[in-house]
Formats: sequence, structure tokens, C-alpha cells
Amino acid sequence: MTNDKNFILEVKNVRKEFPGVLALDDVNFDLKAGEIHALLGENGAGKSTLIKIISGVYKAEAGEIIIDGQKKIFNNPHEALNNGISTIYQEFNLVPHMNVSENVYLGKEDVISERFGILDRRKMKNETKELLNSINLSLNPNEIVKGLGIAKQQLLSIAKAIFRKAKVIIMDEPSAVLTAKEFEYLLKLIRGLKSEGIAIIYISHRIEEIFQIADRVTVLRNGKLIGTNKINDIDIDQLIKMMVGRRLEEKYHKATVKIGSDLFEVENINRKNILKNISFTLREGEILGITGLVGAGKTELARAIFGADKIDSGIIKIKNEVVEIDNPSNAINNKISFIPEDRKNGGLVLEMSVKHNITLANLNQLVKMSVINLKKEKEIAREFKGKLSIKTPNLERKTLYLSGGNQQKVVIAKWIFADARIFIFDEATRGIDIGAKVEVYDLIMDLVKQGAGVIFISSEFEEILGICDRILVMSKGRVTKEFNVKETDKEKILKAAII
Amino acid sequence: MLTSKMRNTEINQKNLNNKIDWRSAILPLIIILMSMLFYSVNNNFLSIYNFQNITRQVSVLAIIAVGQSLVIICGGIDLSQGSVMALSSLIAADFMVKYGMWQGILTGLIVGAFIGLISGTIYAKGKVPAFVVTLGGMTAIRGLTFLYTNGTPVVGLPASFKFLGFGKILGVPFPGAIAIMIFIFAFLFSRWTRTGRYFYAIGGNEETAILSGINISKYKIISFVISGIMAAISGLILTARITSGQPTIGEGMALQAIAASVIGGISLKGGRGGIVGTFFGVLILAIIGNGLNLMRVSSFTQMVVNGSIVIVAVFFDVYYKKD
Repeated sequence: MTNDKNFILEVKNVRKEFPGVLALDDVNFDLKAGEIHALLGENGAGKSTLIKIISGVYKAEAGEIIIDGQKKIFNNPHEALNNGISTIYQEFNLVPHMNVSENVYLGKEDVISERFGILDRRKMKNETKELLNSINLSLNPNEIVKGLGIAKQQLLSIAKAIFRKAKVIIMDEPSAVLTAKEFEYLLKLIRGLKSEGIAIIYISHRIEEIFQIADRVTVLRNGKLIGTNKINDIDIDQLIKMMVGRRLEEKYHKATVKIGSDLFEVENINRKNILKNISFTLREGEILGITGLVGAGKTELARAIFGADKIDSGIIKIKNEVVEIDNPSNAINNKISFIPEDRKNGGLVLEMSVKHNITLANLNQLVKMSVINLKKEKEIAREFKGKLSIKTPNLERKTLYLSGGNQQKVVIAKWIFADARIFIFDEATRGIDIGAKVEVYDLIMDLVKQGAGVIFISSEFEEILGICDRILVMSKGRVTKEFNVKETDKEKILKAAII
Repeated sequence: MLTSKMRNTEINQKNLNNKIDWRSAILPLIIILMSMLFYSVNNNFLSIYNFQNITRQVSVLAIIAVGQSLVIICGGIDLSQGSVMALSSLIAADFMVKYGMWQGILTGLIVGAFIGLISGTIYAKGKVPAFVVTLGGMTAIRGLTFLYTNGTPVVGLPASFKFLGFGKILGVPFPGAIAIMIFIFAFLFSRWTRTGRYFYAIGGNEETAILSGINISKYKIISFVISGIMAAISGLILTARITSGQPTIGEGMALQAIAASVIGGISLKGGRGGIVGTFFGVLILAIIGNGLNLMRVSSFTQMVVNGSIVIVAVFFDVYYKKD
């Protein structure tokens, strides 16, 4: 078969079925050498399945994969790797306790162990240094991976892929854990790869990014290919329409809500080396944004005021009364809630059902003499399922099987059931598709309309500007500026974030 | 868009439901098949006498397995159960001889609970992995047991104590009756009580449990105390059967309990599996043991069989979680 147009990868008429679900239905996809091809779609659209087929994790029921003009069948990821297909997942393929050079050489130690399988560590170190230099990544080959920040770990994963002579690098939500500055670096790196003829499949929910970086974009919806376009031939609205199948109104639905009296006040919160003299006030009906770059201390602040981490000093007041918050249980009794960044590890118990997760933070409400009123529990869960439109076939389903957006709704339901009046959202819409994001924003608006106060932590400036009333910018553990949303913009925020 | 997505997930659920039913249907099926197999080799297998035998033998494992399962569900593991069995029942036997039957029984239970309290606290508050605490405990407690009577058994137990091992209630051997009661109680406990629910939450995701306001140390310790009490109860039953306090009992019981739990579907990661499964797991191990005995298979061969079963059980467990 002739390889015209220089396609490095072609996926033709691929079909993938799981029990009862058609994950991919006659999907076509192609990739040219040196192309950056974005893959867009809501959660459940099939992006993940498609890349898993390309990288050998799944085998399709029908269809073909063609690499450099040759038809290939991958029986496992190893075979895909050997054909030049590398994937950088959101959870990196790194061993945290090993150092940089050991990770680069993971699985390829034979290359530097000539005599009796003994590793030539010096050679390993030098070649790793060379590799890293070639992509302008300054890392100490002896440094333990666990100690690197997330951004560096991700770049290391990419270095690994380059080391394996990848022809195709698949990146799944690479910018999710990066600051704006780190993202710029990633862009530079990707463009460098592009000039070497390496093709990249780039999955991201951030449409603005796609316009910055991609050459072409493919949209999937419900397992079907909706369309592939050159990035210059299309605009955001069209893409969104392709993704959701309907035109989306303005995302944030920001309504004017009456701001009430002081609800939650913190004074001089201090935690050695982590938080410095943080003070702010949250009022009823208000959405207070907290933003900053990765490492600014946003999550640490949230955990501190929720009692999940110890503080060295500071006062917390609720409705002008001083309260003692030294563990989450206290916080919950004071009607504070925390919807953490990692909903799978802190928000939900994945192995538990939807209904059991919903009641988890306020089980005492349903308990009489140590026995849980199971019937009432089910009713309550059903109520929440309806009110928050949680998509699940039944309440007994483990939350493991829900989509990201619906998982997040379960977490929110949990805290509403716990009678919270103060909601702390940490990266509430991370890893959630657009349709669900809007639903989450609407839920937050509902909460403040009923007089609750919301602390909304996000590193996405657009989101912060879209939904908050006031914005606190953090940097290096302290608040650098406070803005009213009407008197600021992305630039001002960024400036305050890098002080 | 909404409808097709929902339809997809609905169908998915139906099939996954089938998968789950498959697994809990297969265990009783295995039991029936094994029974038929053993019956064909030795007709005595299906006699009432043999059933009573099985019941007596299995009760000890059953009770310990309940404790082990609850600990595992809560995210821990207890390798020291066998040693706790020995120490608590030895002290109980000693007290029984000196002060009376009920005094002895009560003491045994308290010792079991107390050891559970200590291991649990070291694990929960000291943040020492449960595996390590109970591994060390296993040896140390066994040592204490031998020290307690300098290795000599305690004899001369009150005659009334024999009932615990040999008596019957409505034709059901007393140990069996206790085991059944404990299973029922444990089942209800895990499904209906707040503590049971918290066990699942902590084992399922500790961070989530913490952030949901659950006092994880408290409940981890409770799970260990329960395990200790279960070890004590089964130790007492075994002691009643052999009518003497022996410092050597319980060797390998913890591993058997873990095996039974895993066969029954309890995940070693925690937060997953149920008491019903453990019941079947115990039954399977007991029937195999009994059947092989009737076939006069050597106990060494039985060890190979038992070990292999655990591996096979975990294999199937992992295999079904894959897609």
C-alpha cells in the first residue's frame, strides 16, 4: 500500500465494543509526520478508547491500524512502543522512587548493561544528560523522580518517549497540571518535536490551547467521528457545537446574587514555609475566587481552613464567632465543606455506590442507635440524583463507573447533604467535559443563590473571571492581591501571580 | 445525545450486574460440585455425622475469618490472629481452672480485645503498616504464650466447659451455632451500621474518609479489637474441643482466614467484598479439607491444595477486574 501524503499513522474504520457499549463506531483518524493533531470530545466520546487502540492497550473488533504504510496488529502496548508509539498519560509511567536516569532507561537497561547484566551507571547518567540537554530540560540524572514537581515529571515522561525513538507521541491532557509558564515550555518542546518529524496526538479539554498548538483537530462524539478539520478552517463555536451537538449559551450564567453578611473569616493563617499571613472574608451569597500558579499554596490554604492540615497560627471565624477547626470533623460540624482537586482520592470512595457516597459526610443524620436507615438513605440519594441530574442507571452503581462530571456531582451532593454553608471547591472542573462544567457552574450559582458562600480555587483564569465576585491571587504561600472581578483581567491576575 | 449515552450506560450496567452475579453464583456452585465429587468418592461425605464434623472443624476458621475479613475491609490485615488465639485461650484456661469457667471465658475475651487494642493503636496511630505490626505481633505473642506456662498445657478444665466444644443446640453443634450467629451479626454489622459503613469507606479510600470527617484511627482500632475478640472466641472453642489449654494452637490460622476471605471475594486492598463471600470461602476450604480427609489424602498434599486454591482465587479476582 502506498503511503501518500506522508501519513505516519492511519486508523481506518475502527470499531470497539465493550459489553453493551459501542465505544468506537467506524472511526477514521490519520496523522502526518511532524503534525500536531488535536483530539477533542466530551468525556465518554471515545478519545481514550481510540488512543488505547493506537497504543496497543485494546484490540479493536474491526478496522485497521497502518503505520508508515504498513498494516499492523498490536497485541499489547509493548508492540506499539516498538513501532514508535508512545503515550504520556495523566498518570505518568514513572517509578517515583527511582532517579531520573533509571526511569529513562526503564525497560531498556539492556542498552547499557553489556557485561553480565551489570548496569553501566556512568554511561546511563551521561546519556541521560545528553538526552535532557537535547530538549533543554535541566534535570539532575541522579535526582529521585518523586521529588520533582509534576511539571518536570511530565517533561521527563516526554523525554522517555523521545529516548524510545517515538514517531508518534500521544499526550493525554498534558496541560492539566502545568502552570501557564510551564505550558509555554511544553509548547516549545512540542514544536521542537514537530520540527524533528515526530507527530503528536494532543488531547485536551482546553479549546484555547488547541488553537495555539494544533495543525488539525478531530472531534469525536458518542464514539463517532464528527469531523476532522484544519485548525485554520474552524472556530471555537463550531468546535463546541461539534462536541456537544448543540450550541452552548454563555458558559457561566453569572447572575446577580444578593451578597449578605460576613459568613467565614480567616485572620493571619500561618503555616511555616507554606502559608504566610493569609486573611480574607467570605460573605453569604458570594463566590470568592482563589487563583495563582501551581505551587502558590491554594490547595494548602484550602486544607488548612478545612482542618485537614495543621496550622501554626491563625483565627477562623464563622458569622463573627471564633471557631476551632483542627480536623475535618470540626469543619463539617461548622458547615464547611471541601471538594478536593482529586475527586478519586479525597472526594469519593470509588468502590462504594452512588448512594453510599452521597451520605458519607453526614451519616449521623441517618443513624439511630448505630443502625443506618437504609430506606431513607435511598430516598435521599434519589432526591439528589434528580436535583443534580446525576447520570447513573441506578443508585447502587459504584461511583467508579460514572463519568468525571457525574462523579463531581456526587461529591457536591455529599456536601449539600452535609448541610454545608461554606463550600471550598478546589479545581472543580478539572478533567470534566464542557457540558458537565456548565452544570457544575450552575450548581455553584444555585448554592450561592441560597445564601451559601463559595470559595472557588482554580488555576484557569478564564473560569475565575467568569464565575467569581472577588478574586484573591496567591503566590508563594501568600495573598498578593485582591481584586473585584469587574476591575481585573487575565493579565493583571497573572502579574499578581508571579510576584 | 443524552438518551444514547444513557442507553449505553444502562446496557453496560446490566452486563456488569451479570458479571457481579456471576461471581457470587459461582461460589455456591463450586461447593455443590465439590460435594458431588467427594460424595462419589466416599458416600460418607453426605452423612449427618460428617456434616456435624465439618461444622465443628469449620467453626473455628469461620469465626476467625469474620474478624480477618472485617480488618481487611477496613484496609488492614491481621497476621497475629493465630497467636492471639493461643495466648487468649491459654490464659482463659488457666483462669478457668483457678477461678471458674465464666471468669476464664471472660478473661480470654478481654485478652483478645486488649491485644487487638494494642496492635490496632500501633497501626493506626503509630502509622506502622498493619502487615508489619501483626507479623511482629504474631511471633511476640506466641513467645508470650509459651512463656506464660513455660510451654506446658493447662489441664483440668471444668467439665461444664466441654459443652462449648461438644454440645449441640437443636442438633447443630454448639460451635456451629456460635459461628452462624457471628456470621449473621457480622453481615448485619457491615451493611446496617455506621461503623460497618465506615470500615468500607476507610478501606476504600482513606483520604476520602478523612476528608469526610471520619475518625479513621478510631475505626481502625475497632477493627483490630474485633479481630482479637474473634480470635479469642475461636480459641475458646478449640480449647473446649481439645479439653486443654495448648500454647501451640492456631499456627497458620491467620493465613487460612485470609485465604478464606480472598476466596470469598474480599479484596486485600480493602473496601471491597462482603461477609457472605467469606462464608462461602470458609465453606469451600472446609469442604475441601474434609473431603480430602475422607479420601485419606495426606495433610502435606492438602497444604499444596490449599495454597493453590488461594492463588487461583486471587487470579480469578484480578482477571474479572480487568476489562
